[in-house]
Amino acid sequence: MKDVKVLGPGCKRCEATEAMVKSAASKLGIDIKVEKITDYAEIAKFGIASTPGIVIDGKVVHAGGLPKEDALEKWLQA
Amino acid sequence: MSADASLILRKQPHERATSWWIAGAAIGMALWFAIYGLLVPISDWIVSLLPLERGSHLEEAINFFVYDTPKVLMLLTLVVFAMGVVRSFFSPERTRAILAGRREGLGNIAAAGLGIFTPFCSCSAVPLFVGFVSAGVPLGVTFSFLIAAPMVNEVALGLLFAMLGWKVALTYLGFGLGVAIVAGWVIGRLHLEGWLEEWVRNVRAGAVDLPADRMMIVDRIEAGIEAMRDIVGKVWVWIIAGIAAGAFIHGYVPSELLASIMGKGAWWSVPAAVVIGIPMYSNAAGIIPVVQALLGKGAALGTVLAFMMSVIALSLPEMIILRKVLSVKLIAVFVGVVGLGILGVGFLFNLIFT
Repeated sequence: MKDVKVLGPGCKRCEATEAMVKSAASKLGIDIKVEKITDYAEIAKFGIASTPGIVIDGKVVHAGGLPKEDALEKWLQA
Repeated sequence: MSADASLILRKQPHERATSWWIAGAAIGMALWFAIYGLLVPISDWIVSLLPLERGSHLEEAINFFVYDTPKVLMLLTLVVFAMGVVRSFFSPERTRAILAGRREGLGNIAAAGLGIFTPFCSCSAVPLFVGFVSAGVPLGVTFSFLIAAPMVNEVALGLLFAMLGWKVALTYLGFGLGVAIVAGWVIGRLHLEGWLEEWVRNVRAGAVDLPADRMMIVDRIEAGIEAMRDIVGKVWVWIIAGIAAGAFIHGYVPSELLASIMGKGAWWSVPAAVVIGIPMYSNAAGIIPVVQALLGKGAALGTVLAFMMSVIALSLPEMIILRKVLSVKLIAVFVGVVGLGILGVGFLFNLIFT
């Protein structure tokens, strides 16, 4: 089970990112737990300066804008 | 939900070759220039079909609207695409790394300059602010960035260049950066770190090591197209509203009236323009067509640009967002310092362009 965190204050892109993560995971058949982090202080602790961000198993893999689908799949499979 | 779904659909991976993309971009560019060259005859032809009296107020207003709408939208599309490509070389994290630990002065200059190129969205203003400050970017330097990023952007510069010429665009660039640098420097000198909300002072940014993105030229063209869709899709309503307002001014507002209110003779119009601009919220796209119409009617350039800077750089919604990280006192200082800077720019402009 992969632990995925989507960092973002709740803008449209953040929601879209969360949806992308879920659909990519189900497409690949990877079991994930998605958590949304909306608290600004929590987001800052991950060290990113732009949202949405994606953290997989504690590692920041993406910050700012929508991720690319192929890149997202790669991160989930890693 | 439908909007989210469409966002995802666009990101489908594709395996078209690089040459395809470059050819596509070149064809798109050629088409753009061909259509742009035909705008005047087409708009004249459309207006001539309407049952309007030549030279009437209504005819002038409609002519302005029919010609300017496609022109402005096309120019904007081109500029936003180009800037989208350029911006793919920058990211807020990279900019932060450049600015962290920088001293004031040079740091303010670098921050304002990077503000032009770093992708910035007002919805991301708070994470960016916290991300900068918590990683050791000085408060004043952070402010220089935060002032420059929305004010001196590709939309504003591109449209000023297209509608008012390169002199105005360059002067706006220079003075916009000047306000951001000086205001940020002043805020830094005032040492107001204590006026940040307490949680902001306590946050320490974790170290982040983003995987290096090896972007190909295709990715950058794609980034340009993405920016085009995103920004033009968002601001076209503003532009049309702005051009409609501009068309109304163009056709109906008497020049003498406007010149007496916003002309050079009326010194008080500069502070009035700044004050009126604060609660108004628009972006460059909506305000520049109005600016153009006002100028055509004899308004002074400095007054109009002060109004424009005030509308764009000082907005109530942004302050409400920033309230999450700044105390009311610090927001007041921010508005005061930036407002004074814009005031100075307005007077200076009116002095220079006589």
